[in-house]
Amino acid sequence: MSDAIPLTEGVGARLPRKEDDRLMRGRGQYVGDLRLPGLQDVAFVRSPLAHARIRAIHVPDAYRDRVFTAADLTDVQPIRAVSGLPGFKVSEQPVLARDKVRQVGELLAICLAPTRAQAEDIAAAIVLDLEELPAVHCMLAAREPGSALVHEHWGDNVFLETLVDVNFSAALDAPIKVSRTISTGRQCMAPIEGRGTVVHLDHRMDQLVVHTASQMPHIVRNGLSECLGIEQGRLRIVSPDVGGGFGYKAILLPEDVCLAWLALRVGHPVRWLEDRREHLTANANCREHHYRITAYAERDGTLRGIDCEATVDSGAYSAYPFSACLEAAQVASILPGPYDFPAYRCRTWSVATNKCPILPYRGVARTGVCFAMELILDAVAAEAGLEPWTVRERNLVRPDQMPFDNITAKHFDSGDYPQALARVLKAIDVDAVRKRQQAGEADGRRIGLGLSIYCEQAAHGTSVYSGWGIPMVPGHEQAGARLTPDGGLELRIGAHSHGQGLETTLAQVAHEILGVPVARTRLVHGDTAMTPYSTGSWGSRVMVMAGGAVAAACRELADRALRIGAHLLQADPAACRFEAGRVVGPSGDVTLAQIAHTWYRRPQDLALDVNPGGLEVTAGYKPQRDSGTFSYAAHAAVVAVDPDLGAVEILDYCIVEDGGTLVNPLVVDGQIYGGLAQGIGTALYEEVRFDARGQPLASTFADYLLPGPAEVPEPRIDHMATPSPYTQFGVKGIGEGGAIAPPAALANAINDALRPLGVALLHSPVSQHRIVAAVLAARDAATAREAA
Amino acid sequence: MKPARFAYERPADLSALLDRLASAEGSVKLMAGGQSLGPMLNLRLVEPDLVLDITGIPELRRAAIEGDTLVLGACVTHADIEDGRVPDLTGGALARVAAAIAYRPVRNRGTLGGSLVHADPAADWVTSLIALGAEVELAARTGRRRLPVDAFVTGALDVALAPGEMLVSVRIPALPPGTAWGYVKHCAKIGEFAHAIGAVRIEPATGRARVVIGAIERAPLVVAEAARLFGGRIGPDFAERFDRAAADGVLREAGMTDAVDRHVHVTILARAVAQAARPAPSTRPVSEAA
Repeated sequence: MSDAIPLTEGVGARLPRKEDDRLMRGRGQYVGDLRLPGLQDVAFVRSPLAHARIRAIHVPDAYRDRVFTAADLTDVQPIRAVSGLPGFKVSEQPVLARDKVRQVGELLAICLAPTRAQAEDIAAAIVLDLEELPAVHCMLAAREPGSALVHEHWGDNVFLETLVDVNFSAALDAPIKVSRTISTGRQCMAPIEGRGTVVHLDHRMDQLVVHTASQMPHIVRNGLSECLGIEQGRLRIVSPDVGGGFGYKAILLPEDVCLAWLALRVGHPVRWLEDRREHLTANANCREHHYRITAYAERDGTLRGIDCEATVDSGAYSAYPFSACLEAAQVASILPGPYDFPAYRCRTWSVATNKCPILPYRGVARTGVCFAMELILDAVAAEAGLEPWTVRERNLVRPDQMPFDNITAKHFDSGDYPQALARVLKAIDVDAVRKRQQAGEADGRRIGLGLSIYCEQAAHGTSVYSGWGIPMVPGHEQAGARLTPDGGLELRIGAHSHGQGLETTLAQVAHEILGVPVARTRLVHGDTAMTPYSTGSWGSRVMVMAGGAVAAACRELADRALRIGAHLLQADPAACRFEAGRVVGPSGDVTLAQIAHTWYRRPQDLALDVNPGGLEVTAGYKPQRDSGTFSYAAHAAVVAVDPDLGAVEILDYCIVEDGGTLVNPLVVDGQIYGGLAQGIGTALYEEVRFDARGQPLASTFADYLLPGPAEVPEPRIDHMATPSPYTQFGVKGIGEGGAIAPPAALANAINDALRPLGVALLHSPVSQHRIVAAVLAARDAATAREAA
Repeated sequence: MKPARFAYERPADLSALLDRLASAEGSVKLMAGGQSLGPMLNLRLVEPDLVLDITGIPELRRAAIEGDTLVLGACVTHADIEDGRVPDLTGGALARVAAAIAYRPVRNRGTLGGSLVHADPAADWVTSLIALGAEVELAARTGRRRLPVDAFVTGALDVALAPGEMLVSVRIPALPPGTAWGYVKHCAKIGEFAHAIGAVRIEPATGRARVVIGAIERAPLVVAEAARLFGGRIGPDFAERFDRAAADGVLREAGMTDAVDRHVHVTILARAVAQAARPAPSTRPVSEAA
């Protein structure tokens, strides 16, 4: 990292984030910072049981006008997130449960009081009469005949089953066949800021104003409009500063609908701020995949084919807008990852259980897929007696194949995957690691090396999502650009920043074209009243899509400014050029500020045929191909494992990443650091386990462990930059990648360390307890073998 | 996660506090650093009628040496001990334990007395002070008494406080030269509650030892006849003589059925013994967490 002042502020500049001045000084404005006169707080009565019939909800007389149940919400529709994939079974997520509860934490009643503490007093006084039903707590058992049913009228517990088979039988005669059962634990997303919603009525605009921490305010407006049955014009969604999203804030929650309904009912501002217990037990669940996977290979490690049965625990309901099947159905299409092989079969099940709906977490299905694929590749290497990198070298998509359509018809736009692998092997110094490993450690710990490579399809658009048929299909992205009368710039986008630094990076995009200083460029976002429609910030799409739209708007603005400038210079526009914030003609130049001043303040100086659209533009953008950009990275980890305690220390971590053209490498580094921290959590610490009654066993951060500063090493990052041929500037989406590879890299490293002990750990998190249990089991097995 | 309603008072001296404690109706909780009580109030795991804040009482913050005993007031914080703001007779052992408690913000507010009275089995003072042979001094309006810490801590989150009684100070005997001390804990990550604690105070010259296994689901386990962990005899070669199988047997007898748990506890105890055999470090962290 360099402290030098950047020479340019445009695309590629390593610029510190301008929003950090307020965010790091505690001056951010989050939903929880809103103060409105007459505001009252909501606490919810939530189901203590995973599966039960509701006999009655007894509300004490003293609280009758402060408590609202499903009986009051007669005019509210349930949340429906339907997928158009054939065979998808529809769940209706009630805003307040009416007949049955299907997960711990499901909403039963709204309690309203001047303070949250008083609202919790009311909630504590409400008596529930519930008839407990057998809970569906295991996704594998849920598929068996005779299982209890989450949605009785379905007849089974399967949201959706899919099958992909591409010439699979051709792989069957391969000399190496390795099968493993690999799984990932259920996690919570745990952004620093939880969810929160404040709603008030704006009588002047005749609008319900919903302030909510959201990644996609326009999609929230769609969903609320459908549930409440009120026209979109009467809804304004404002998402202020957002303290981390990671997918959790890309969901319409029943809580949001309740709050909007409640504000209409009571007429004064109402607020719900999620607490950590609600967050952990009732809402922010993600991951939980199960793979039975078989790799077929030649003895030199060349893959002949992959066969997989993947099950995803989708929880009780289909979450809006991504649906209950996006995760599992995606598994089938993205499991091949960056590898090229000729035969493939993958069957998937999205299974309903009595748990929270599974929500898309940074990397979505990719983290689980990468875990399964990279672990099975290491198993192939072990079986073939090869180094893990050899197997990867043999199977990675090659640069001469680009652009490349893989076995599931994913279109790789560009890249040099073998080079990323070669660079990361050099960076981590595999020979030195192997030597140290053989020498052994004085303290008895064991050294291991792990690799993981992924590709991340980002900013995939209409052609991909229309196939899923979910309530949200991205089309063209739009951006507004307006010069102010004094030559500043305002940008408007419908996506939203939840920590990515868009206020800086989109200003850099604009600077590249218009030359307006980043400090004089303001980003307006997070408000449906002030921004163009957008599906929002998800799928690592914003720099590609909103960045492209900002560039398009700025180009149009530059063209209009050029024509005004040429008139002021009394020159032919064809003889003028736009350069670094000014229009340069044959005999002089004029600045953007002068041009803006002329348009707004001295229109008498404009040409008669001036473009009446002036210096305000809304432009739309879609890449040439909208099948998505493919960024990728190779991760390499060196760990020291204490086999007696299960403690894992990360000694070294190297990442070679290719995100195409980087608008701001400093921001990309930050994305990778954050993603790595989350990936370490997935790999080693984070898990919500459930008992047989469907009770979540982690309800505080004492039970749900997140990595802290001491657990997250500073990685060594090397950037490659292969531009995408399809996007503005050649950028690719990179937002999620940092979180995808670490679980596999770390599990592979731990297994590399413990393989001589006969240990293989195939479930994330690879917790200390699991490591010790596996080491002891392997010792017992070895003892038994010796005895026999 | 907001507390139920409670009354709050902050007495200015000990006799006023003891009077209030004796006279109060309903349930009362004393609050010192609030590092455990705060979350418990917010989670409504406790809903006292009255919270008595004891941090305004100077006597409870006092630290003094009385002969060969270090006396620390109940409201002395972990950070006070970590930073050396109170005297020491343990050759730095207390400071090393304090420095690895939770995180610095917790250590800034959390107190010695509060930790003992809360008696979380995974907390550091409960186990380490039993190994050091410390006593607590308890006060009520009717008088004072002293108890060894292992008699005071009667179970997980359970202590021998009578109604109207409170802990006012902790009395820690000096660790004489030639006494070996080892304290090791195992956490899932730095700052978390321990999953296993081993604390040993060994006098190779006299053959006496106090061996304590902590972070189990009850009060710390003081190993009776510690010599059996060392092949029947404790001498200068105690580290080489440590017998893992004997330690495993102690845990089996104590009812620890999970083999993984036993393995981790035995490993941590072995490492505490090994640490005791090494020269005392000055500021070595005591956590074995990754």
